[in-house]
Amino acid sequence: MWVQYKTIVIKEILRFSRIWVQTIFPPIITTSLYLLIFGGLMGERIGQMQGVGYLQFIIPGIILMTVIQNSYANTVSSFFLAKFNHSIEEMLVSPVPYWVILLGYISGGVARGFFVGIGVFIAVSLFIDFQIYSLPVTLITFLLTAILFSLAGFINAIFAQSFDDISIVPTFILMPMTYLGGMFYSVEILPEFWQSVSQFNPIYYMVDSFRLGFLGTSTTNFFTSIFVLIVMIFVLTMLSLYLLKKGVNVKT
Amino acid sequence: MPMSKALKIQSLTKTYANDFHALKGINLSVAEGDFFALLGSNGAGKTTMIGIICGLLEKTAGNISVLGLEQSKNVAKVKSLIGLMPQEFNFNPFEPIEEILINQAGYHGIERNQARKNAKALLKRVELWDKRHDMAKSLSGGMKRRLMLARALVHKPKILILDEPSAGVDVEIRRSMWQFLKELNKDGMTIILTTHYLEEAESLCRNIAIVNDGKIVEQTSMKQLLAQVSQQVLILESAKKLTNIPAELEFSITQLDEYSLEASVESGIGITQVLQTLAQNDIEITHVRSAQNRLETLFLNLVNK
Repeated sequence: MWVQYKTIVIKEILRFSRIWVQTIFPPIITTSLYLLIFGGLMGERIGQMQGVGYLQFIIPGIILMTVIQNSYANTVSSFFLAKFNHSIEEMLVSPVPYWVILLGYISGGVARGFFVGIGVFIAVSLFIDFQIYSLPVTLITFLLTAILFSLAGFINAIFAQSFDDISIVPTFILMPMTYLGGMFYSVEILPEFWQSVSQFNPIYYMVDSFRLGFLGTSTTNFFTSIFVLIVMIFVLTMLSLYLLKKGVNVKT
Repeated sequence: MPMSKALKIQSLTKTYANDFHALKGINLSVAEGDFFALLGSNGAGKTTMIGIICGLLEKTAGNISVLGLEQSKNVAKVKSLIGLMPQEFNFNPFEPIEEILINQAGYHGIERNQARKNAKALLKRVELWDKRHDMAKSLSGGMKRRLMLARALVHKPKILILDEPSAGVDVEIRRSMWQFLKELNKDGMTIILTTHYLEEAESLCRNIAIVNDGKIVEQTSMKQLLAQVSQQVLILESAKKLTNIPAELEFSITQLDEYSLEASVESGIGITQVLQTLAQNDIEITHVRSAQNRLETLFLNLVNK
């Protein structure tokens, strides 16, 4: 199992590394622009948020946004393309258990999230000098977020029948959820009704925990956030395995 | 001593979600070490059958055993015994050729160092070693087929299944592929081949099954099948202009043009006898060829029954 798992992970890492201009580089440019415009130019006028400067406040959210987008993008594009060009059959005719296929793709998504996250972190360091408040909290939140969105991308890829289908979810669901998850603002500044609505957005918990890890400031309980993430990972893992075993859109 | 079965299929059926009955109770057995042809028209059910054997499709009912192992109870083991070269290209076109082989070996649990060695040996054998770093999309159609053949062999399977291996491959490469397949078979590998080139099946395979409309309509040895041909049609060419063609011979004869004849010869009459008879009638033949592949004639008869 280990060799099969390792093969899928290496294949996935080589795949996004070969096209680094499309996968690693653009998030770093986008993030730098966000920091320059929202943090550098407008940040001083906005003032403080949750007790820290605005530039500092948005950095964890921006890093986590790139992790979410890239973990998702990696599994959705890689698995959909494997279906599209039928190279998924290479695994289906081999004795690779479904859970190893899933674990391999998820690890690939986490790896891309990690590389892009590190790239963005280095870019951020050029704008502002800051220290991480709690490395374990930061890493746990990163890991669980990357796993969750790699799983979501995988499920999207299973159902996708066309290239449109793999861009609809990121554009119309993922992006609004990310932007409304407290990435650019503290949920505390919202009216009470919208604060309650935000409780149903899982990205809110992730951004908040990640901010806790970076800055030591948060509006939710860390353990509640981790619990929400673990429950969602469990549900999506079971769903992915069920879909793979049933061969939905993979076997007929 | 009876040979053990490499593949045994019993009452295999497949009905797709759209209610299309692709397989209607297939019974088939292939002996270990055989070179077996599976012939059938487009849509006869060959690729569906192969897909089920290799784990790409789910069967509706029936049993499959591979080298004595029941497929449904030994999924992983059975997959490791089989190498598949499919009809359609099914690799990532943006992956380097060597990587495709190394990954395939990895999916079969072969460590990367060993996988690299297996890939090297096979890429050299199919003459793609010089292109090992190229993306698969840059290969010609024939090269892509050879890549898929090498990929099917990278985990050293006991049974090789080839679905239309020669489609789009030029004559020279086809002949060298045939030579490679003969060597593999000689070394003990069981090979199951589907092809549209009936000449390919006739020259490579010892046993044959013909599939039509989801059913096996014939399963026998190639020799026995070809012996069923009661008549063969020969084209005979002469260097000299043909005049005075005799009307009464042991076989029927028709003049095609000034230099060539068509002879319809019943089984039991050899080509030597045909040539001798013509020579006795002052007709000197310089070139003989078959008007139609014998297997093709039989195949058409069987599927049109």
